[in-house]
Amino acid sequence: MTYITKPVARHPKMRHNALGLEPRDYEGSMSTLCAGCGHDSVTAALVQAFFEMDVEPHRVVKLSGIGCSSKTPAYFVKEAHGFNAVHGRMPSIAAGANAANRDLLYVGISGDGDSLSIGLGQLCHAIRRNIDMLYLLENNGVYGLTKGQFSASADVGSVSKKGEVNRNGPIDPVSVALALGATFVARSFSGDKKQLVPILKAGLAHSGFAFVDIISPCVTFNDHEGSTKSYAHTRTHMYEVVETDFVPLRREITAEYGHGDVHAVTMHDGSVVHFRKVAEDYDPTDRGAALEHIADVRKRGEVPTGLLYLEETGEDMHGFENTVEGPLVELPYEDLCPGSGALAELQKEWW
Amino acid sequence: MRRSTAPAPPWRGFLSDPWDRKGAPITGARGTQQGMEPTNTRDPQYYHRVVDCQWACPAHTDVPQYIRLIAQGRYTDAYMLNRESNVFPGILGRTCDRPCEPACRRERVDGKPVAICRLKRVAADLRESVRHRLPEIPEVKNGRKIALIGGGPASLTVANDLMPLGYECVLYEKLDKLGGLMLTNIPAFRLPARVLQEEIAFITDMGVDVRLNTPVNSLKALLEEGYDAVFVGVGAPRGKNLELPGRYDTDRIHIGIDWLESIAFQHIDSVGERVLVIGVGNTAMDCCRAAKRLGGTDVKVMARRGRKDFKASDWELEDAEGETVEILEYHAPKEFVVEDGVLKGMKFDIVEWYEDDEGKQRARPLEEVLIPCDDVVLAIGQDNAFPWIERDMGIEFNQWDMPVVDRGTMQCSLPGVFFGGDAAWGPENIIWAVEHGHQAAISIHNHCQGIPLTERPPFGMNLVTQKMGIHEWSYSNDYNPASRTPMRYVDLEERLRSIGTEAELGFNVEETAREVQRCLNCDIQTDFAANLCIECDACIDVCPLHCLTITDNGEEDDLRQRLTAPAENLAQLIFVSEDLPQTHRVMVKDEDLCVHCGLCAERCPTAAWDMKKSDLLIPYAGHETWPTLATV
Ligand SMILES: Cc1cc2nc3c(=O)[nH]c(=O)nc-3n(C[C@H](O)[C@H](O)[C@H](O)COP(=O)(O)OP(=O)(O)OC[C@H]3O[C@@H](n4cnc5c(N)ncnc54)[C@H](O)[C@@H]3O)c2cc1C
Ligand SMILES: Cc1ncc(C[n+]2csc(CCOP(=O)(O)OP(=O)(O)O)c2C)c(N)n1
Ligand code: SF4
Ligand code: SF4
Ligand code: SF4
Ligand SMILES: [Mg+2]
Repeated sequence: MTYITKPVARHPKMRHNALGLEPRDYEGSMSTLCAGCGHDSVTAALVQAFFEMDVEPHRVVKLSGIGCSSKTPAYFVKEAHGFNAVHGRMPSIAAGANAANRDLLYVGISGDGDSLSIGLGQLCHAIRRNIDMLYLLENNGVYGLTKGQFSASADVGSVSKKGEVNRNGPIDPVSVALALGATFVARSFSGDKKQLVPILKAGLAHSGFAFVDIISPCVTFNDHEGSTKSYAHTRTHMYEVVETDFVPLRREITAEYGHGDVHAVTMHDGSVVHFRKVAEDYDPTDRGAALEHIADVRKRGEVPTGLLYLEETGEDMHGFENTVEGPLVELPYEDLCPGSGALAELQKEWW
Repeated sequence: MRRSTAPAPPWRGFLSDPWDRKGAPITGARGTQQGMEPTNTRDPQYYHRVVDCQWACPAHTDVPQYIRLIAQGRYTDAYMLNRESNVFPGILGRTCDRPCEPACRRERVDGKPVAICRLKRVAADLRESVRHRLPEIPEVKNGRKIALIGGGPASLTVANDLMPLGYECVLYEKLDKLGGLMLTNIPAFRLPARVLQEEIAFITDMGVDVRLNTPVNSLKALLEEGYDAVFVGVGAPRGKNLELPGRYDTDRIHIGIDWLESIAFQHIDSVGERVLVIGVGNTAMDCCRAAKRLGGTDVKVMARRGRKDFKASDWELEDAEGETVEILEYHAPKEFVVEDGVLKGMKFDIVEWYEDDEGKQRARPLEEVLIPCDDVVLAIGQDNAFPWIERDMGIEFNQWDMPVVDRGTMQCSLPGVFFGGDAAWGPENIIWAVEHGHQAAISIHNHCQGIPLTERPPFGMNLVTQKMGIHEWSYSNDYNPASRTPMRYVDLEERLRSIGTEAELGFNVEETAREVQRCLNCDIQTDFAANLCIECDACIDVCPLHCLTITDNGEEDDLRQRLTAPAENLAQLIFVSEDLPQTHRVMVKDEDLCVHCGLCAERCPTAAWDMKKSDLLIPYAGHETWPTLATV
């Protein structure tokens, strides 16, 4: 952890976004994580994504559980709303908050321990409900905060810092999400912002549950030789299945594609995701094929990355539940609380 | 990593290699990327350039180190450190042209440089006696005898450097006091006599054989006296004249530098109420401010050009205007109006400047004006003059009648005769005169030992980590957003009452404490070890000024554009590392705006970045060579 505050001095030629803000306006307080933690890079990628998406800081809601990863909402968008839930229970809080105010931008930050052990049930139901939020799983294969025990994402054969070998099979968050019907499934690497930032931006634009599994090395407890979640291992084993370009609404489409098929998916808000296939015959809109392909890549011992699946037609929780259009705070009092007469009328149904 | 063409590290292990399948070529060493060579940070000049102030200072004064010493209250140490390179800290802390300040990184970061010069004065004002810390002078001399002509800062510096080596120095000065223009032309309200005298005495008391009132009238004759070497530091003593109608019809038209000299020697103590100063350089600024103190109530500085082309520095203009001097632009002098031997005024053309077909600036007169006045002071420049150097003795003079002097060695075409200060290439300033003096001393020392003058002692560098603990450094790395501390002056009325009253009050302890914290410690370098980097991006993410990038190597122009923030200030270097172990990309740092906060080093998990103090070892006469680089 660092004691000084980040110098207020700014690059005189820094870009400003449509709101007149600089990237640094999306920062939070100084990180207290270990120097070199992948989670800090994810934070930096989020800062960049918010900046580039012209997000109004006061419209952001940051939610998390417990873990080093779950501490990171303190380090970005200091003007945003935030809720630090108990271990593994962030999805419930997200569901409640989103039910109450559907107009805000929900960003959940979790870890492999938080999401795949204690909170696995919560995650499954958040996917099932298709809660409109961006959900990041900062995956380091260990419980970082409690000093490096294997988590449920640790690969078989992966070696702990003290030399212990993991024998339990891993839960692959991406496969789980696909199997449960998630509408936006991606995997990336904290050390590859070129890939990560467009995915985060697409995730922010997605209407529904946008799930991003991010390999985010724990530099203190899981960055050694024999780890399959280290910087070096991830770099040499990540296999980009699809390349993604995200073209937000309002921006001209200027990207040029030299080779390969380009598949475009228009998002709910009008922005466009371009998929450039790297793997032969990969279709990021075919759930079954995606699951199969990912399984093949994993069998080879590689880590499939990219925006692996996208379905932009899905209804979210509000659609399923047939809720009112706007946030509850904006409902007139009479509508929100129609009075005892209306209640009596309603109760007649069960008389 | 995606799009990377880098080979996998050899220990990669048991799985297939994704890069192979993508058809990426695998190469060694520099990878497949053509591009810049790794930066050699062990060359002392690389980190020297990062210390913008020190790089800009002709004498390479170690500014950040003396500022830290001042911050610690070690004024005497700060003074001595200054003295090593600039010899006259008390004088320069008041009068230096301060090339360091426009160069200061702080200006690029928050718009105003650190008040480097004024802090130098603090060290000089608050120091204790330094007599016992001055170099020891050997009692037994080395048998070499050097003549120094002129008693200005250039000659004095040569004496300062050679006396401790056992040389016998004989200094000839035509006036009855030493100091050169520092004494005769820089007015006492900017430079009190006691400060000047004390710092000159530090040198003359080394045992210099000073011969006052002794102009050298023949170089030939002097050489016949058997000197081993001669240094010519006679300055540029001739003030430029303005030949216009009426010039010689009155005695109220003065040559600026002569007029200031007469004031310094108290031959002149008054002036008319309405004074026109012609020219708008440094001399003009001193003339107009002096006029204000000698009875001038309506003092005008007349400039032919517009403000952006003025030679005087902004702070000099501010000082003059602060003393109610009026500065008039676009007035080209035309005629002195003298009636019955009495100066009535001066005629000017008001001009407009335009560019002619060849791109030259030209003035077009618009209208004529008459500006009444009682005195005119001409401050339009100085010329050199060497009537006492015989032209048949082997000293080559060029088309402008200036001696041909070698920029590196200070020697003219006659071996053993050296020039420096304003005498070498025309009027400059004190700090350049000092640097010329240092270089001439090195040359004289080589000359006397039969070593070629081009074999000059090299620069050296010490580089030492500043790490004290995990997040503890031996310097204050916390960025302080304070704005530049303004100088306070003696109250205007009181200030103008006497020419001997020093105008500036200097910083008090509180002001000093505040200003020292603005220094960005540019000598505490971000030093990089590529082999340790795991490419976690932590340093890149944390850097508040977006100085760092990990990217594929490339040619400089291309690389500069591909950085986190484009490196558009071409005057500033970019650092390029060796290939990084994992992806064979390179770490690039744009030095331009780094505030040396050390956050990159604090957030680096492997100490690939470290904060190391670079200490430039400056060669002086008599230092053999510096020890080889010490790094920790
Ligand atoms: C009005 C004015 C203000 C200035 N203000 C500043 C300032 O604020 N800051 C700054 O850095 N610079 C300033 N300068 C410039 C600075 O003073 C000179 O650049 C510097 O003094 C040059 O030093 P020097 O040793 O080369 O020569 P000088 O200082 O000119 O000294 C030469 C000496 O040689 C003597 N001499 C000349 N001929 C002979 C001879 N034949 N025999 C024996 N002795 C001889 C002269 O009497 C004189 O004492 C100013 C100059 C002027 C004119
Ligand atoms: C209910 C509950 N059980 C257990 C813990 C102990 N605990 C704290 S953090 C953590 C694991 C966090 O792992 P992960 O989500 O992967 O976060 P990381 O630190 O690795 O980013 C555990 C088990 C807790 N805080 N609360
Ligand atoms: S323990 Fe691991 S996960 Fe936690 S901050 Fe340190 S490096 Fe990051
Ligand atoms: S010291 Fe490091 S973090 Fe600080 S400004 Fe310089 S490069 Fe950036
Ligand atoms: S923080 Fe250190 S290890 Fe990480 S990228 Fe920077 S230099 Fe390399
Ligand atoms: Mg974890």
